[in-house]
Amino acid sequence: MSAYLLKRLIIAAATLVLASMVVFAVLEIIPGDPARLMLGMNASAEQVEVLRNQMGLNAPLALRYLHWAGGLLSLDFGRSYTYSVPVIDLVRERVVVSLPLALIALALSTAIAIPVGLFSASRRGRAGDAIAMGVAQFGVAVPNFWFALMLIYLFAVWLRLVPAGGFPGWGAGAWPALKSLLLPAVALALPQAAILARVARSALIEVLNEDYIRTARAKGMPYRAVLWRHALRNAMIPVLTILGLQFAFLLAGTIIIENVFYLPGLGRLLFQAITQRDLIVVESVVMLLVAAVIAVNLLVDLSYAVVDPRLRSRQ
Amino acid sequence: MTLHVDIPEETLAGILAKAFRNRSFLVGFVITALVGAVAVLSYAWTPYDVTRLVISDKTLAPSWAHWFGTDHFGRDILSMIMVGARNSIAVALVAVGIGMGVGVPLGAFAAARGGLADEALMRLNDLVFAFPALLSAIMITAIFGPGAINAIIAIGIFNIPVFARVARAGALAIWPREFILAARAAGKGPTLITIEHILPNIATLLLVQGTIQFALGILAEAGLSYVGLGAQPPMPSWGRMLFDAQTRMVVAPWMAIFPGMAIAVTVLGLNLLGDGIADILDPKSRRQR
Repeated sequence: MSAYLLKRLIIAAATLVLASMVVFAVLEIIPGDPARLMLGMNASAEQVEVLRNQMGLNAPLALRYLHWAGGLLSLDFGRSYTYSVPVIDLVRERVVVSLPLALIALALSTAIAIPVGLFSASRRGRAGDAIAMGVAQFGVAVPNFWFALMLIYLFAVWLRLVPAGGFPGWGAGAWPALKSLLLPAVALALPQAAILARVARSALIEVLNEDYIRTARAKGMPYRAVLWRHALRNAMIPVLTILGLQFAFLLAGTIIIENVFYLPGLGRLLFQAITQRDLIVVESVVMLLVAAVIAVNLLVDLSYAVVDPRLRSRQ
Repeated sequence: MTLHVDIPEETLAGILAKAFRNRSFLVGFVITALVGAVAVLSYAWTPYDVTRLVISDKTLAPSWAHWFGTDHFGRDILSMIMVGARNSIAVALVAVGIGMGVGVPLGAFAAARGGLADEALMRLNDLVFAFPALLSAIMITAIFGPGAINAIIAIGIFNIPVFARVARAGALAIWPREFILAARAAGKGPTLITIEHILPNIATLLLVQGTIQFALGILAEAGLSYVGLGAQPPMPSWGRMLFDAQTRMVVAPWMAIFPGMAIAVTVLGLNLLGDGIADILDPKSRRQR
């Protein structure tokens, strides 16, 4: 167990460090001087130079990287060039929108996909399976932001059940806030659910062909129990892998979906920061999202060990 | 003299016969061919000129004159979708080309060498996978500015590790086979073996992955154009059309419905095609379906 765990941890940490170097380097090559940007076009060269020194922009590259990376570790992301407030405050405001959105979407997609996968796998080749997989095939092909527009048209414009966009904030109460996250979460979840259902189905079918399934059936275990106890557990590895990958897609998806629904989340923040050339915000948000993806993939790797005892015992 | 596969090679006629019996393949092939044909046709003919703005015809509902209606500048939506197909196809195709061109040699090399080279490649893959495609696209756009070319680069970069992974996994499965041993005994080096024996044997895998990435590329391009980072106006693109439609959902829902359908149908066709090819050329995958 410990060797597997340790290797995964080291890989995750190394990936994180490399990723931070990439992000830092990429934003270093971007043209445009943040000090000039803050002071405006009328500032004199001396004024800009003073601010550059204050902001530490004249320090050597490696030193600036270490300073920035060290700040990240202590959650000190620096100050936004355009808002003149600590980046962490901006992030904190936005994360309470994006994170619940991604988690609700992930939960929704799993809650839809696993039962559909079980349904289809146990009725393989029959009409129910064909219909479910036909729908899933279409679900994979639909772009989530288009699906979001259609949902807005149906539920907000036509039926007027939910708001078409915007976010009242958690201060307005849990229900109004959740209500405005509902459509975005569904828009994010359904295409992912379609992919996950297909993976779950084929993993389950693979497992259902195994001898131990036949043994379980032969000893008189009810089909439903075989499906849930033996088949689903053994089909979890591919399902978990896809689930981990999907979290990355969901996070990226929130960037677009937040723009569809005008949700004040990390994605909107990122876009505004790019258009305003607020590089320190861009750096921080990108780094946060990348760290989240790496962390989730690490969690998935670790959960393999929980699901599959063979990985635990392997030294 | 070359030694190829150790299983009896299927005849072309046999494969074609199977293709005609495979529903996924047939439907996927027809849709994909149709979309391709529409894109080619758009160079010669569209119902209306997409560069001509007719403000008096703005946001007309679908009719016999304008099958899919018109947009806020009075442009014919059907014509724009036809022209937009070019952009989607070009971006996705080149992005797949970048992914294959760089990823496959990397993956094949890692499999042939093993050891440190292999480990390094896999870790590099981890690194790229940590950046969701859209995120890297946003960063690239932040540096070079928005545009179709940068969208291609962003999607292409994301494709590289995907193909590297598939090529490596496929190659690793071929290397222990007996005909490879025979080739080595005949004195061939790893490079020659990779070119003559490994690549032909993983071509199917790559083809299937290629159609999947093609489909994903079309979705990604639409997403980038939708947020304004892809193709720039006046070049019609499906994602951009959806962006324009968003604020006009109440008055002109057709502006959103048809471009989205175009994306969905194209991606659906490519996915079906990929499934079909996998079925036809790899009997093992059929058992799982």
